[in-house]
Amino acid sequence: MESKLTNEQVLTALREQFGDAVGQEEQTVDNYLNVYVASESVHTMIEWLYAHDEFKVQFLTNITGIHFPDNDEDQKMVIVYHLHSLQNNFRLRLKAYLPIENPSIHTITDIFSAANWLERETYDFFGINFVNHPNLTRILNEDSMDYFPMRKEYHLEDETRQDKDNRFFGR
Amino acid sequence: MSEDLEKYKGNNVPEKWESDDTIEGEIATLNLGPTHPATHGIFQNVLKVDGEKILSSEQTVGYIHRAFEKLAERRPFHQITPITDRLNYCSSPINNIGWHMTVEKLAQIEVSKRIDYMRVIIMELARIADHLVCNSVIGVDTGALTGFTWMFIERERIYDMYEQICGARLTTNIGRIGGFERDFTPKFHELIKDFLKTFPKRFEEFNSMLDRNRIFMDRTIGVGGISGERALNYGFTGPNLRAAGVDYDVRVHTPYSSYQDFEFDIPVGTGGDTYDRFQVRQEEIRQSLRIISQAYNNLPEGSYHADAPEFYLPDKADVYNKMEALIYHFKIIMGETPVPAGEVYHSVEGGNGELGYYLISDGGRNPYRLQFRRPCFIYYQAYPEMITGQSLSDAVVTLSSMNVIAGELDA
Repeated sequence: MESKLTNEQVLTALREQFGDAVGQEEQTVDNYLNVYVASESVHTMIEWLYAHDEFKVQFLTNITGIHFPDNDEDQKMVIVYHLHSLQNNFRLRLKAYLPIENPSIHTITDIFSAANWLERETYDFFGINFVNHPNLTRILNEDSMDYFPMRKEYHLEDETRQDKDNRFFGR
Repeated sequence: MSEDLEKYKGNNVPEKWESDDTIEGEIATLNLGPTHPATHGIFQNVLKVDGEKILSSEQTVGYIHRAFEKLAERRPFHQITPITDRLNYCSSPINNIGWHMTVEKLAQIEVSKRIDYMRVIIMELARIADHLVCNSVIGVDTGALTGFTWMFIERERIYDMYEQICGARLTTNIGRIGGFERDFTPKFHELIKDFLKTFPKRFEEFNSMLDRNRIFMDRTIGVGGISGERALNYGFTGPNLRAAGVDYDVRVHTPYSSYQDFEFDIPVGTGGDTYDRFQVRQEEIRQSLRIISQAYNNLPEGSYHADAPEFYLPDKADVYNKMEALIYHFKIIMGETPVPAGEVYHSVEGGNGELGYYLISDGGRNPYRLQFRRPCFIYYQAYPEMITGQSLSDAVVTLSSMNVIAGELDA
């Protein structure tokens, strides 16, 4: 089924409405609209897309985090929202940079009930604080855990192991 | 739901229940799970009950969390397939093939129509197996054990077919990036022809056991219902969403693996209750059979794998006898394959809904980040809303009809 909207159309509308809060677009192989936005305006942007007469982006597919330890200090954490407009069959991906120290962003549980556990999961693994979330506790890991395991500084295996060391394989 | 109950929805349950229709005003706390025969998996529900009536439910998940996303960051692409097996283990081939297609999308590998059709046959067989388990278990939970034992014979036949393709039955690790490790065997052709001939009749026999059965209908109609609007807001996908009347199906909206070539209908329900979910799954089994026979009867000629030597693990006999194959085998196993950097989201229609793979590659040996969109995890959070105000036995039927698979829930 063809999408009834084009990436340019939605991006232009977003730029018109939010101006500088909409950052650069990145082309990906899946051809979904993939754009960086300012973290303060994520909530209003999703709300606007939800209520928009034509776009009707009313389905939340996914929320997740990514940790980039090599980025600049205030861009080490990225939060990704996958959204879907079922009527137009149009998918888009909004991303926002967050700092590694106290990353926090406004919750979208007031727009999508589905966001509740997805945000808890993101908090659980990346330590992103969702402001005004009704119950921001760990979900898959146990409550007594005192770190956020999906951050890159927590290695999966013992780093002193040498049988998988890249240097010995010419990598 | 009465107005009284509306007031106490969620976690606002008082110590003493003041309504007139309580048993001496007592509220009991009941643990449904973590290990309970009715939950079909390890997850806990702490219920507040007034007699048999559920006032609130609080869920605990994560009992079998196995850190798949973290594991995936340390594994080369072909070694991630066995991880995906263990998400929704009732239909692992769909998970495997979905992952292969994600990598193919990232590396822009073109696969032939034959591979697409072979994949469609296997994925639809997996969907049938998944739905058979779910629907026959709804029967068990309402007291009809016979259908369950009958349908497990049929599921067994599907597993025999998996065995012909990949050698395994439950955690299949089916196929490779770029196709399959072998073509359909003669035995497979025999099995699938027999299956397509005899299964529909036996399935309709099973259907007639429950379809218009008075007891079954009384136990399921109006039980655990959800409106289409709420279901969408809760991120429902798959049969559970379609039972609520929304015709969203990834196979139609974002066709993959040549699904656009086949003629099939998307069944939808109206009330989103347990009976609708049962009926939608039953109809999907019939539609899957339609797809399988179309794909099987029009199976194109050609190779069973794509020409992508840098990703497709070569045949073992070639590895021992051909220089080229040996080189590529070594490169793939040692993780020397150049993977393009980039990010990709790919989703397939799994047994429970939209199963998505969000893959970020930095060009290295392993994914930089891999996230699974697990449909169970997202829709299971609606469970308290669906069972509040219902009786305890209804909660059990609702749970089994939602087909919550612990492996997919906890990753």
